[in-house]
Amino acid sequence: MKPAISIQNLSKSYKEVEALKSISFEVKQGELFGLIGPDGAGKSTLFRILTTLTLADSGIVRVMDMDVVQDFREIRNRIGYMPGRFSLYQDLTVAENLEFFATIFGTTIEENYDLIRDIYVQLEPFKTRPAGKLSGGMKQKLALCCALIHKPEVLFLDEPTTGVDPVSRKEFWQMLKRLKNEGIAILVSTPYMDEAALCDRIALVQKGEILSIASPDTINEAFHGTLVAMKSHRMYELLTTLRNHPKVASCYAFGEFLNAALMDGDEDWQSLEMDIRHKGFDDLVAYETTAGIENVFMQLLSQAEA
Amino acid sequence: MKQYLAFVKKEFRHIFRDKRTLLILFGMPVAQVMIFGFALNNEIDNAGVAIYDMSGDYESTLLQNRLNASSYFFIERECESTDCIEESFRQGKARVGIIIPHNFGKDLLTGQKPEIKIVSDASDPNQAQVLTSYATAIILSHVRDRASVVQQAPVVNAIPRMIFNPELKAVYMFVPGVMGFILLLVSAMMTSLTIAREKELGTMELLLVSPLRSWHIIFGKVTPYWLLSFMNAIIVVLLGITVFDMPMNGSVPLLLASCLLFSLTALALGIFISSKANSQMTAMFVSMMGLLLPTILLSGFIFPIENMPIVLRVISNIIPAKWFILIIKGLMIKGSGMSILWKPISILAFITLLFGIAAIKNVKPRLNQ
Repeated sequence: MKPAISIQNLSKSYKEVEALKSISFEVKQGELFGLIGPDGAGKSTLFRILTTLTLADSGIVRVMDMDVVQDFREIRNRIGYMPGRFSLYQDLTVAENLEFFATIFGTTIEENYDLIRDIYVQLEPFKTRPAGKLSGGMKQKLALCCALIHKPEVLFLDEPTTGVDPVSRKEFWQMLKRLKNEGIAILVSTPYMDEAALCDRIALVQKGEILSIASPDTINEAFHGTLVAMKSHRMYELLTTLRNHPKVASCYAFGEFLNAALMDGDEDWQSLEMDIRHKGFDDLVAYETTAGIENVFMQLLSQAEA
Repeated sequence: MKQYLAFVKKEFRHIFRDKRTLLILFGMPVAQVMIFGFALNNEIDNAGVAIYDMSGDYESTLLQNRLNASSYFFIERECESTDCIEESFRQGKARVGIIIPHNFGKDLLTGQKPEIKIVSDASDPNQAQVLTSYATAIILSHVRDRASVVQQAPVVNAIPRMIFNPELKAVYMFVPGVMGFILLLVSAMMTSLTIAREKELGTMELLLVSPLRSWHIIFGKVTPYWLLSFMNAIIVVLLGITVFDMPMNGSVPLLLASCLLFSLTALALGIFISSKANSQMTAMFVSMMGLLLPTILLSGFIFPIENMPIVLRVISNIIPAKWFILIIKGLMIKGSGMSILWKPISILAFITLLFGIAAIKNVKPRLNQ
């Protein structure tokens, strides 16, 4: 089976900024693929190239085995795209927006209602409300409906849950899971690490480069070294102390704990604990922990910068 | 076709849901015609005259009555000195002063040449000039009438006759001008704004990713505004005819056709602007500075082109509104037909074609970044 998306050595620059530096990866059919990275990593540029909106400087990009440059009209018929910014007509109602996008894709709401039913029932009570007056979560659900109304084979979602409340975010991801089960390949970008765990595979993106591609379960294995979680009631002092400690390679705050990665090859975290306790942190709590996606990402970032 | 209709429907919804757009579309034409028609009136009507009659005889009284009887003047003040005339100018009560010399009647009847002084308040030079010439005309014709009673003076009489607009009504000038201005505003500015709005809000991205072709987007945008600007043109013409007694001497279908043509010119300009401008601010600024201002200044709408320096006269040729105003004036006032109007009409068609092609070429199937 041909991949839904295949990218080889894709590069793109805007004047002086290199937005994408020779990246390559594939998304399989029916796969939920996540792009994780901070703002300005080049995610939106990648989406625009894949959706045929912008031309790449070099590299081969194919969607559904069609070239994004030559076959762009055919590709446009078969993909769904949800831009990073809410981009529906704010002065048209929910129903009017959906109807408009259905018509311009040469279909009707009834024809593909099955696909959007689960999402649309939640919007139904607000049918006659202008899209601009919906809540953030509702806006995103409507945008998803509009992107799905023509039954696309590949779905491109650029940060669909940014600025959406946690409950709506969860619902949104459940919908993505269902769509994936329908056989739609989904490329989704997000700045939230917890969402990454819900993808089949994720790519960590930074400054136009892909740092790592793996499934959420195996990406943790990319972390090397020993990781210690620590807590004290003087968190800020603990953070500065750890960052200046010779045994510690890096230290970041995660929730209520600080995660300190030890220097390469150093596994003796107990002696670090003792040392810190001696420095006056009497209430110190410390234990060895397994790395999450965030830890991997942070480590890869610091390596990339070094 | 279905996609195109859906687009037009959507566009109409945008228009009818935005109060500001509606106000510009339907309030503006009426307001403009009314403002130009009633407020910005530079016709002379009942100007005050301060008269200093040194003679005070039968003939000078006749002259005064003659002035008073015309609809242009009324005698505001009878003065006893020249200072008094200046005084009433300063008070703003009179705008023209007339000084009749001693022995006016006697001199007039004995064939001497009495000299009447006309003084005018030139703080508004145009008006002073018009007032002076009106006063001169009235006085001369009166004097001629009186002098011919007593002697057969071999005088050559020049009798002016103003045709097409015998009453010199300014309305005849500004109705075509307002039409040009409104059509340009509605068609060019509004379309360039709505396309720029789609870019600003990001909806353009979605339209581009859809199977819609450029022509769907362009014609879908253009159609509603074309219809609305055509309606506006009809409103302005009807107001001109009913409220301001504009004549309609030419062919009505040709008038409507030229309105449609000019809206198309303006739409092409609007699309052209918006294909370059990425924000509503830019679109607004460019259409204001690049279209509306030159139209007001250089189309002959307000300032006569004939009086402009050569450079501006040349530039005025590329202002579409100039040709449109020529066509409308020709049609409504002079009743000219195609045999005379073919030239401005084909120039307008040429400009439309030029910008239309440039606009369509400029609307690319991808984002321009």
